[in-house]
Order: sequence, then structure tokens, then C-alpha cells
Amino acid sequence: MNSGPRLSPTWGLVVAALALAAVPALKLPAFYESFLYLVFFWISLATSWNILSGYAGYFSFGHAAFFGAGVYTTATFTTAFNVPFLLSLPAAGLVAALLGSVIAAVVFRVRGVRGELFGLLTLAVTFVLSTIALNTRLDGGPGVFLAAVPVPTVFGTPATTLYHLALAAAFVSVFAALAIYRSRWGMGLFAIRDDEDVAEVLGVPTFRYKLVAFALSCFIAGLIGGIHAMFVTYVTVAETFAVGLAVDAIMMAALGGTRVWYGPALGAVIITTLTQSLTGGESAVLNRALIGAILIAVIVFLPNGVAGGLQRRFRRAAPASAGARTSVGATAGPTASTIARVTVATPAPAAAAPLLGCVEIKKAFRGLQALAGVTLDVRAGEILGLIGPNGSGKSTLINVVSGYYRVDGGQILLDGQDIARVHAHRIAGLGLARTYQIPRSFHRLSVLDNVALAAMFGGGHGRATGRSLGRAWLAFTGLEAKADALPGELNLLERKFLDLARALASEPRLVLLDEVLSGLTPAQMTDALGLVRRIRERGTTVVFVEHIMRAVLDLADRVVVLSGGRVIAEGAPRLVMRDPDVVRAYLGKAYA
Amino acid sequence: MAGLFTGGLYALLGLGLSLTWGLLRVINLANFALAFLGAYLTYQLATAAAVDPILTLIVIVPGFFLIGLALEEGFLRFKLDELTSLIVTFGLTVILESLIQWIWTADFRRLESPYARTSLKLGPLFVGLGGLLAFLAAALLTLATWAWLRWSYLGKAARAAAQDGPMAGAFGVNRRRLALMLAGLSSAYAAVAGLFIALNHTLAPSQIYSWIGVVFAAVIIGRLGNALGLLAASVFIAGSEALTMAVTAPGWAPLVSFTLLIVILLLRPEL
Repeated sequence: MNSGPRLSPTWGLVVAALALAAVPALKLPAFYESFLYLVFFWISLATSWNILSGYAGYFSFGHAAFFGAGVYTTATFTTAFNVPFLLSLPAAGLVAALLGSVIAAVVFRVRGVRGELFGLLTLAVTFVLSTIALNTRLDGGPGVFLAAVPVPTVFGTPATTLYHLALAAAFVSVFAALAIYRSRWGMGLFAIRDDEDVAEVLGVPTFRYKLVAFALSCFIAGLIGGIHAMFVTYVTVAETFAVGLAVDAIMMAALGGTRVWYGPALGAVIITTLTQSLTGGESAVLNRALIGAILIAVIVFLPNGVAGGLQRRFRRAAPASAGARTSVGATAGPTASTIARVTVATPAPAAAAPLLGCVEIKKAFRGLQALAGVTLDVRAGEILGLIGPNGSGKSTLINVVSGYYRVDGGQILLDGQDIARVHAHRIAGLGLARTYQIPRSFHRLSVLDNVALAAMFGGGHGRATGRSLGRAWLAFTGLEAKADALPGELNLLERKFLDLARALASEPRLVLLDEVLSGLTPAQMTDALGLVRRIRERGTTVVFVEHIMRAVLDLADRVVVLSGGRVIAEGAPRLVMRDPDVVRAYLGKAYA
Repeated sequence: MAGLFTGGLYALLGLGLSLTWGLLRVINLANFALAFLGAYLTYQLATAAAVDPILTLIVIVPGFFLIGLALEEGFLRFKLDELTSLIVTFGLTVILESLIQWIWTADFRRLESPYARTSLKLGPLFVGLGGLLAFLAAALLTLATWAWLRWSYLGKAARAAAQDGPMAGAFGVNRRRLALMLAGLSSAYAAVAGLFIALNHTLAPSQIYSWIGVVFAAVIIGRLGNALGLLAASVFIAGSEALTMAVTAPGWAPLVSFTLLIVILLLRPEL
């Protein structure tokens, strides 16, 4: 893919780490070693913060809490229990990770705690921990001295050992950030940042992904905390559980770029160098003011950070080659046949077997009974039109079936298996996909990545296959020319088709379309109708919610009419339209 | 009783935060630094010019109103959301802290005034005049704000604009002017809070951060933009803190408000 020889980032990291490991051998003045130590320290903190907060968008202001957990684990183990320093480090990481996991396991179950609320909650955790440390034997007030704890020396002095440990922590954190960035997991975290609910419905196991990312992030923070405890040799609560520490890490990540794996490290290098070069007695105050000003300037003028800006420049410089790849490589060869195979693989079952069965589904929102016992079957291979007046429960039904809402009662059987209480991402894995009335794309991911993500998580493919399948599905919906665009650059029809391509890319057996046609011009509608037919020809069962009767009559094999949260009629489209109950539901009694 | 007075100060500090967060969707962390700036200005005017501390409000409040206007102007221009406003105003807090430290140094300052020394006898209790005034001011301002938001035309417009800005705009609400006014008002409240901080507490730049957690807890527990709820929550938190201090060691007091904050966030996250 790449033209010319280029060092892969992984090897680049290894080479850089080895080169830096050799620095103490140069016998430079001690200043350089401690300066580099601080750089590694901040790289570890900023990068580990970014693994959850940058990638998944859960901004934590509580990084100091987990850092502090590591500091006090090492301090307590080495001074009170005489554990060797090196052995206390894994413990420091694990204690922080355990703490993070417990908090995450509680917090991530609450759907509403996102964005700024998550930030405040983690901030509060910092204060709670610091109060506990201050009032118990962990610290008790006067601080803990570690000067008497022996530090093993391998090369030269104890300071060199700490240098190497910090380097190792920085390497581990950046390497983890890179590995996650390129993995399914990273893709899933990015999707969570843009639209967590959609990600879950597409098959991303959001709870597990966030929890593991948080635990890893805390582990690294705890690890560097343990190392730092020995570096400062005297730890106090005020210095350790400092909100400013979390904020400095956030600022570095934001300056470097939270959506790029090397962004936080870059930001850490820039800020640490700046502060070190400006340090000097009285200018310390101005220095802090300068950092504040940088923070403001970055958020206001550089929303994607330095690395984000660099990346965009690269992307803009290479559109020609990207275009060439699209036309030659992807669409014609292996991918088209992959789609063909998928078609064959989808069983073409006996006509009447119900693929989806809803039995007495109930769902209420506070006092409003949105679904009052809905029973209906969807037969494999059919196109079922779901109609009904506004507020009759059509969208709620789709939300319930796809697992976004949990039912109050009743059964939802997909191929005989009850999915009423199954997590949305599992339902996606079982072969169910949906679109949204107002298209919901991941707005910071390219059009191609939007679709590739669905192929990866719903279809269970790797990243490479996911991308080539994604291209094929874009071709299927006529969007291949827009593969590298961002969703915001598409018009309404294209965004609806992107939603559709994304739903199809998970290779569902059943796809739920929520008003794909609304807002389209007549010509666009003809395109869309043709597309829905082609979906069925591939063997996918279609349920579509629609208000436009021409489309319903045109497409549907069968129609189900909802009103007031109940099924009031079902059958062949033209017959159902004449049903007096249906006419009454739409037009009122006088016309029935 | 002590809880009641401390609660008044929490409410004064939280009022601006609650209004801008609830109605303008801006989380203004700099509110705390502004309050301290106000406190230091009060200190300066009262000691250098020997003015009665309360009279300094005549100068400081309009000045802070203008500062609030300028800030909101910036927020609007750069279209900051809740999260980015939180980060930007943190940056602002750091700058203001440095400014304060540069002018007044990091040493503790204490404003000597008759309000801090005088105690009134209310029934069987002796009550500090400064604390009493802080609570009265808090009660007055929160009630007035609450009534204004609830009944006046402008208040209704502000609440409508918070729920659906463009729609309120379409119905003729001048959102820009409204936002500027609310932001100015919030800053002015910070100035009032600053006065009472100066009257009742020792000042140091690092103290800015000591109030953040408690006040955030009060603002969230009292519901965003709800001045009356804020007052009740403030008094409740301060009361439970005072109780914790009496029952256990004073050091445990912060645990109460933060645990409350965490529990409330987990149980009622829909703000």
C-alpha cells in the first residue's frame, strides 16, 4: 500500500525507546536525565488518560485519583510492609486498575452519565480518595517518606533505574495506544465517542470496551504513580491528588490531539519542554498563566490538536492516490464475490417460517403506554410494511426489537430465541440491523469507516475485510465515490443510504428501516424503492416503517397497522387499506 | 446554625454557575476565580481606601457584570459546548489565579472589618454578623432569581431558549441579548459571593479550588438553573458537613458532599 520504504510506527517506537534507554550511558549532566524523566512521566499520564477519555470521549477529571492510588500503594507497601520497590509497581498498577474497574462497572451502567457529568463524577472520586488518604493510616496528614526504601541499581545510579522505569511506562502506554488505535477495539471506542447508542446497536460491546479501556488507563496511571512516588521520595496528599495533575494531562492530550495515538505524547513533549525552558524562580507564576492561555487557545483554535492538524494535512495531500486505490483495487475483485457468497450463505427458508416473533410486547414511558401488547410475526424473506398514525408505537417497536429500549413485558423471538432482555450489541450479532428516521452517522469517521465498522462488529470481520466489504456496500448503495468524505458532507439522501449501507454491512437476516423515504423527492424515492427491492432479492428480510402509502402499496408483501400501541389490522396491503378500523385510526370515525 | 451560614455562601457561589449551566449550557469554572478576584478587590478597596466593604459592591458589581458580558461574547463567538467551556474556563481560572498571586502574592490575607468581629444575640445563640448577612443575601438573591425566572417575561424567554434555542429564536426571543444578560448577572453574583468570602474567610489564591467540589454538588443536587433548589441543597450539604465535623474529625467533611454528588449523579443523571 505504501509507496517507498517507510518505518512502521511499531518499529519506530521500539527504535526510539532503545535509543532513549542508552541516553544515561552518555553521562550527560543530571539535568537532562531528570528532564527526560519528566517527559516520560507526562507521556505516560497523558497517553493513558487518552485511552478512555480521548478515544471514547469520556473526559475524566479524575486521573489524579488513579495516579494517587498507585503512589500510595507503592508508598504503603514499601514503607509499612517492606515490599521491594520493584514488586510494589505491578501492585500499584493493579490497585489503580481494580479501583477503576469497580467505578466503571457502576458508572457505565447508568446511561445518562456521559460527557460533563462523567467528568464531574471522576472529579468527585478524586476528592473522596484524597479525603480517605488524608484521614487514614495511608497518610494521615504529614505525608510519607520513601527515602529509606532501597532502589535497585542496574546501570549506574538509582536515578538511572527510575529513568528506565519511566521510559518503560511511557513506551507501554504509547504502544498500547497505538495497538488500540489500530484494532477493532479502537474503532469501537471512536464510534462510542461519536454516537454510543448507534455503536451499541451496530454490535459494539460498548460496556465491555469502555470498562477495559478505563481499567487499562488506570493501570498505567497507577504504574507511573508508583514510579513517581520513589522519584519524589516524599509524597503528600495535596501534591498527589491534585486536580491540576489531571488537567495538565488533559491539556497535553488536547494540544497534541485526542484522536491520534501519538497526539498526547506529542502534547506532553511540547508542554514539558515549554515549562522547563521557562522555569525560573519568579516566572513560575507567569508560567502557569501561560499554560492556562495555551489551553484556551488550543480548545478554541485547534479543536483537533496538533497531531489532528498534521493528519488532516497528510490526508489532503494524498487524495489522488486514495482515489486510484478505490477504482482499481476494491470493488471489482474479491469483495464483490464476498457479497455474493454472503447472499448464498443467507438461508432462503421456507416461505412461512417466522424469522421474528413478537409476543405481547409492552413498553411504557412513565404514564404513556407506547406499546400495549403487540403481537406480530415477520416471515423470513418478506417485506413487511409497518404503518400507523403518529404516536402509534412504530418507532418504539423498532427501538425495542433492536435492543435500545428494554421491554416491560412480552417476548421477542428471533429464530425462536428470546432476545427481549439481550444487550443490543448481541442482537446485532444475531443478524438484526436497523436504520434511523433521522440518519445517525458517526460524524468524525469517514463514510467508508462508518460502513466498515458495521461489517466488523455486526458481521464479525477483521479490520481489512471490514474495509473491503465496506467499499462493496458503498458500491451497492451508490456511494463509492464518497468513501473518503465525512458524513457531514453528504446530502440527506446520501446520508440515508449511508445508514442503509451500514445496516446492510452487518449482513443482517432482518433489517428494520425507519422511514427511509421521508423527505425525499419523487425521483430519489424511486431510487430508494429499487434499493429496498434489491436488498430483499439478496435474501434479507425487510421490515419498514413508512407513512408514504404509494411506497407501502408498491413494496410490501404484507402490512401490519399499529394504533395506540396495538396491532389493529394485518394482511395484504390493498385489503388492509380498506379495513374500517384502519380508516378510522387514520381519518377519524366519520370516514369509516 | 453554622451549616445555614456556610450554606448561604455555597448558594451565592453556585448561583452564577447554576444559571449559566442550566440556561446557557456553559459550565463556568472561572466563576470561582471571579469570586476570589472580587474578594481580593473588596479587600484592596476596604483596606487601602478605607471604604466600608459592603459599599465596594457599588463599583465591583457593575464591573463584574461587564466581565461576564465579555466572557459570554467569547463563548458565543467560538460556539463552545459544555465540555469545551469547562476546559476553557479552567484555563481562565488558572490565569486568574496567577494574576491574583502576582498582585497579592500567595500569602494569606485577612480583611479586618466590623462585620467579622460583631456578633448578634439571637435568642440563646450568638451569631456572626458576616455569616448572617451572607445567608440573607443568598436567600434574597436566590428567591429573586427564582421568582424572576418563573414569572417574568424575560425569565420565561430564558427558560424557553435553554430548552430549544433556535425555536425560541424563531418566536422572537433575542437569544444573544438574553445570554449576555444572564452571563453578566452570573458574574455579578460571583462578585457578591466574593464580598462575603472576603468578610468571613482568609484569602489565598490556592483557596479558589477548595470550594469547587461542594458548590458543584449543590448546583447539581439542586437541579441546574433552579435557584430555590440550589439554596435548599446548599443548606442541606453545609448542614450535613457541620454534622460530620461534629460527629467525626473535621477532615472527613469533604467526603459528605462528594459522596452525595456521586450518588445523585448515579441515581438521577438526567439533568
